[in-house]
Amino acid sequence: MQGLGELIPSYRSLLVEYDPLVIGFQGLKDQLGKIEKRLSHGRISESRRVEIPTRYGGELGPDLEFVASHSGLTTEEVIRIHSSQDYLVYMLGFTPGFPYLGGNLERIATPRLKKPRIKVPAGSVGIAEKQTGIYPIESPGGWQIIGRTPLKLFNPLQPPHFLLAAGDVVRFMPIDEREYRVLLNHGST
Amino acid sequence: MEALEILHGGTFTTIQDLGRKGYQQFGMPAAGALDITSLRLANRLVHNNACQACLEITFIGLRILALRDILIAVTGGNLMPKVNESPLPMWQTVPVRRNSSISFTGVRDGIRSYLAVAGGIWVPEVMGSKSTYIRGGIGGVEGRPLMTGDRLHIGPPATGLPRCRVKEELIPHYGREWKTRVIMGPQEDYFSRRGIEAFTSSEYTITPQSDRMGYRLQGPVIEHRREADIISDATYLGSIQVPGHGLPIILLADRQTTGGYPKIATAISVDVYNLGQAKPGDRIRFFPISITEAHEVRRNYERHMESSMETLP
Repeated sequence: MQGLGELIPSYRSLLVEYDPLVIGFQGLKDQLGKIEKRLSHGRISESRRVEIPTRYGGELGPDLEFVASHSGLTTEEVIRIHSSQDYLVYMLGFTPGFPYLGGNLERIATPRLKKPRIKVPAGSVGIAEKQTGIYPIESPGGWQIIGRTPLKLFNPLQPPHFLLAAGDVVRFMPIDEREYRVLLNHGST
Repeated sequence: MEALEILHGGTFTTIQDLGRKGYQQFGMPAAGALDITSLRLANRLVHNNACQACLEITFIGLRILALRDILIAVTGGNLMPKVNESPLPMWQTVPVRRNSSISFTGVRDGIRSYLAVAGGIWVPEVMGSKSTYIRGGIGGVEGRPLMTGDRLHIGPPATGLPRCRVKEELIPHYGREWKTRVIMGPQEDYFSRRGIEAFTSSEYTITPQSDRMGYRLQGPVIEHRREADIISDATYLGSIQVPGHGLPIILLADRQTTGGYPKIATAISVDVYNLGQAKPGDRIRFFPISITEAHEVRRNYERHMESSMETLP
């Protein structure tokens, strides 16, 4: 389609940028309407699956204990619940590469920190209420940090710039300290 | 080739171009010049390609040393630019001799100047753009504002082309009162009749909590119908968010790509570019127009841009 710019998907909508000098609003709306009709009869293509190796607890996941006590569970149970399900990436936002993940986290839902941290390291895996997410870059943040992945979610200098895209399915995979170090060094070389 | 040395970075000077395209779906803000109109005109005056990078100079204090003979153009806000001790004429091509200094000494009108150099400011592109995105620490010079000692390279300038100026009638006078045209929505239905009335009939003031991400406004509260949260969706340049406190925020180039506050309206791009010259304390009013009218504004704007230049006598 001529005149289309960026497309930004989110939970329940798609932002479509267009150049009004090339295509008018009504023309675009008609064409998108046709595509939408076809979509409802088509099948959604298979999602890409991405495994996120995660070192839970300890220094890399300082809030794991709190999430466990808040949920009335052991830390092992929290890890099991968090790492034994698939999450759909609904959209990316907040910071470059930050995935909004959909899953079932009722059992370990925990409120945000009362006082957000000024610096949350890149790769931190967090929980906020029923949501979970991964910080792609060091940024301020109020999520409960339960672990960290050695994977780079955002690399501005080299493509692919982003590990994840909307529509992917991710799963967290618990790893130990040694595996974390190995993958971290591997990623940086 | 090295062309400029920063003697003093001033309040806030960054390298900007038309912005980073194509990565908003991954949460990457577009960045780019706030006042796109002035950026485009500055590039045009020195015969640069439209996608070349310029300096975006906010407020005062920037001082630059020319390391070679260069051709420059300064557009946008009048920050009282000087070459050595003499006033530097804005909105036209100006040759600057090696060892001259260029400085921005005060605020006369607007708040952001754009300085283009023939050949374009050369820094490595990050994800297809030279624009500085401060919060992400990428683009421009090491992802930060310019500071003393930075040396900037330029590309090969076009040669043998005439010196130009922007036609007198197209040179903007910004002032401190802004009339911003908007298209209502997409979440207009989150606001009460009274809320919409407040938005379209009141004067708002730009607060000091305003930066390249957005301008926070002060003024009559815009009432929500019920809750003040939406399921997060995409934002756009000029989106006007209204959080629970009822005071609007106009989203600009460095905005987050998604947001959870309802958007009462979207300011039209041509007017958002101008708002790059608005400063804290300035007053702003919103005027709803139709999509058809907005497109007509855009067509006229492009026509004006096409015929904006005349050759210097």
